[in-house]
Amino acid sequence: MTITAMTSKEVTQKVINKEPLFILDVRNESDFQDWKIEGGNFEYLNIPYFELLDGVEEIMDRLPTDKDILVVCAKEGSSIMIADMLSEVGLNVSYLSGGMKVWSEHLEPVKVGDLRDGGEIYQFVRIGKGCLSYMVVSNGEAAIIDSTRMTDIYLDFAESIGAKITHVFDTHLHADHISGGRVIAEKTNATYWLPPKDATEVLFEYEPLEGGNDVTIGHTKINIHALYSPGHTIGSTSFVVDEMYLLSGDILFIDSIGRPDLAGLAQDWVADLRESLYKRYRELSEDLIVLPAHFMIMDELNENGSVSEKLGTLFSRNHGLNIDDENEFRKLVTENLPPQPNAYQEIRETNMGKINPDTEKQREMEIGPNRCAVR
Amino acid sequence: MEANKVLDAKGLACPMPIVKTKKAMNELENGQVLEIHATDKGAKNDLTAWAKSGGHELVKHEEEDNVLKFWIKKG
Repeated sequence: MTITAMTSKEVTQKVINKEPLFILDVRNESDFQDWKIEGGNFEYLNIPYFELLDGVEEIMDRLPTDKDILVVCAKEGSSIMIADMLSEVGLNVSYLSGGMKVWSEHLEPVKVGDLRDGGEIYQFVRIGKGCLSYMVVSNGEAAIIDSTRMTDIYLDFAESIGAKITHVFDTHLHADHISGGRVIAEKTNATYWLPPKDATEVLFEYEPLEGGNDVTIGHTKINIHALYSPGHTIGSTSFVVDEMYLLSGDILFIDSIGRPDLAGLAQDWVADLRESLYKRYRELSEDLIVLPAHFMIMDELNENGSVSEKLGTLFSRNHGLNIDDENEFRKLVTENLPPQPNAYQEIRETNMGKINPDTEKQREMEIGPNRCAVR
Repeated sequence: MEANKVLDAKGLACPMPIVKTKKAMNELENGQVLEIHATDKGAKNDLTAWAKSGGHELVKHEEEDNVLKFWIKKG
């Protein structure tokens, strides 16, 4: 029997199309418990590869015969070994090309919609980690918001659609992933905008992004209007693009809200978070399409793989927007929080320019889910 | 710490450090200690879990100039 490599892109399509897949994850148990490939119709078996060195016979009766089997490990080496062993005993299996390392870095560009005077907005779905970034395109110019460190993907994409990147934004100082904003701005001579209240310790030049700023992309009326919305961080800023899309950063997600503790000031920022969600956002049009910087669960994906919802719908359905009692709200966002993202302090320092880890170290720091939300 | 055998697994990628460790361990008697040098970062969690599941004891672990060193007593 043969073994084949399955790419992260192919696995992403199975997630989006809700196809069945049996995942034999051969990483150790703690890594599997911490973070795995999520899919609505995926089934899992976690047996570390080092338990199978003497043979795979003992797990044969736990593997399906009527489903595709994908063997997954951290970097692919062990999954190839186990896939080979399964193949020798007569199974047709695939392994995940590049392992979880590549899964974590895979970005799937999805068009979210058109802008009014021509132009488009694209969402880059980092499916393995739940991070969302954006490209707004108009008249041959492009803006990028909340980019990941996989900068070539944005640069190549912009080139493929004939757009020049002129502005780069981060809605806040990220704690779960390393921003590619500064690198993209340097490579393209674009302006890099950061909220100054999040950038008090950064060691590089940036343009201060403040509430009320308007930035024009292309020469038409496509405005990116900044809306100060603290809570996840003190500087967190949302954008209203073309009066149609609300880029909510890490303040509001589809099925959850931002957590206020990743910069160490949970109690101080609860009131800001509540004010942003319950007052500032309430003043906006309910027809705005919310485009957040994260998703937590695959149920938040739309049928085309994008993550978006009308603000009005979130006002009625998102639990975090429907807590009348302030104390109850305080409890939700400060107690029983999920674990913090892996290496979040080092990630923040990297995003401030204080430390400059190499690519391999950056990969390692970003291992695991984003964990920026509370439900 | 005195080891009965030293395994150099530097530069090897997963799964080889564990494959070689298992093989080297087979050649030792119960109670003897194997010292392993590896550079693959994943070796730390994997060797710890492997030793535990195999009834061996991870006696000591240290990191020196990006080389991970482990001492495992055969159980």
